[in-house]
Amino acid sequence: MTALANIFLRDMRLSVRLGGGALIGVLFFLIVVTLMPFAIGPDLALLARIGPAILWLGALLASLLALDRLIAADYEDGSLDLILMARVPLELSLASKALAHWLTTGLPLVIAAPLLGLLLNLDPTATGAVALTLLAGTPALTFIGLIGASLTVALRRGGLLIAVLVLPLAVPVLIFGVAASNAAIVGPVPFGTPFTILCALTLMSAVVGPFAAAAALRHGLE
Amino acid sequence: MAQFRQPARLLATELACLRGDRSVFTGLSFAVGAGQALMVNGPNGAGKSSLLRLIAGLVRIEAGQLVLEGGNPEATPGEQAHYLGHQDALKPSLSVIENLDFWVRYLGGGMTGTGAALDTVGLSRILNLPAAYLSAGQRRRLSIARLIAVARPVWLLDEPTSALDATAQAMLAGLMRQHLANGGMILAATHGPIGLDGAKELRLGGAP
Repeated sequence: MTALANIFLRDMRLSVRLGGGALIGVLFFLIVVTLMPFAIGPDLALLARIGPAILWLGALLASLLALDRLIAADYEDGSLDLILMARVPLELSLASKALAHWLTTGLPLVIAAPLLGLLLNLDPTATGAVALTLLAGTPALTFIGLIGASLTVALRRGGLLIAVLVLPLAVPVLIFGVAASNAAIVGPVPFGTPFTILCALTLMSAVVGPFAAAAALRHGLE
Repeated sequence: MAQFRQPARLLATELACLRGDRSVFTGLSFAVGAGQALMVNGPNGAGKSSLLRLIAGLVRIEAGQLVLEGGNPEATPGEQAHYLGHQDALKPSLSVIENLDFWVRYLGGGMTGTGAALDTVGLSRILNLPAAYLSAGQRRRLSIARLIAVARPVWLLDEPTSALDATAQAMLAGLMRQHLANGGMILAATHGPIGLDGAKELRLGGAP
């Protein structure tokens, strides 16, 4: 357990020291959300209706930004070799890394979402619903992203490939995240139904993600 | 120096290694006993680094067997080895002591204290300097501190003396002799002498 706490703390410390990661994600989120009203036009009713979808799309795209450093940084400086050689199960190490990554890049998006909701004319209920679904859903994006990051670790410019690999896998999370938000605002489905499925997706990816990522890294040895 | 469960010998039989589609070596057999060192030499591209990475478990074994006799049966040979490769596994934004502390806690096993290890390699005066400001030789010394702070029976050293000055080379030779005296094993890929007398040699052939 100490080893896992350690790698978690190290990754947290690294991203806090290097800065940038969280801030760039939030800024990108802000820009995507700000661009939408320009593209759609000043129709407040329409914005309020598609607001949750815009916030979810923005968060999904923003969460992709930092993924390419998640494993590649350790690969480039040789740390990954030692992580692979350690007696700590690789799956758990990767899960710890993903958790630290979510706290430093995913959680800021969740916190920023209510503020950006104002730009989209969302009422407090809708804002709360979107923030809650993002809180439940963004960990899934990180864990799915972990698989993409592990698959592309050895490639130069793997960052672009991560997006191509991860986005299709993230479609269910997007569907149920937006569905739950809309259910809270307009109904007629109760909020609980899609939200529970969203939580299930997160839990599932938290289990499958580290194992798939570890398998990808081990298979990548040659 | 901390003790470890003493393995009797590292035995390789008919090892084969494939990188990409190219066969690097085949039918490679050797044994390294407790307290013995094996110098792996050969021309560039002969597979020295590949052999060390293969023992470390970082390259797949295509054929043959690798056993650490008398070692921990629940751990692979790689998990009982230290690997000192070309990359230093240091994070530039963490300080010297933070880098070492992380690896010692993460790799676990018996430890002699990070302070003493840094003292040995001569970095104790710059504990709080971020690793970004270290020279190549200092980065190497910090990696070597990892070898002595965490006790593992097998040391896999890939050109360990590169970037080290004469003092540091002598320091490393002393540490290696101490490791061997404790019953450890060393496999080193080198192009020249690294200050160990009586080490066995394993010559890998030229690139096909």
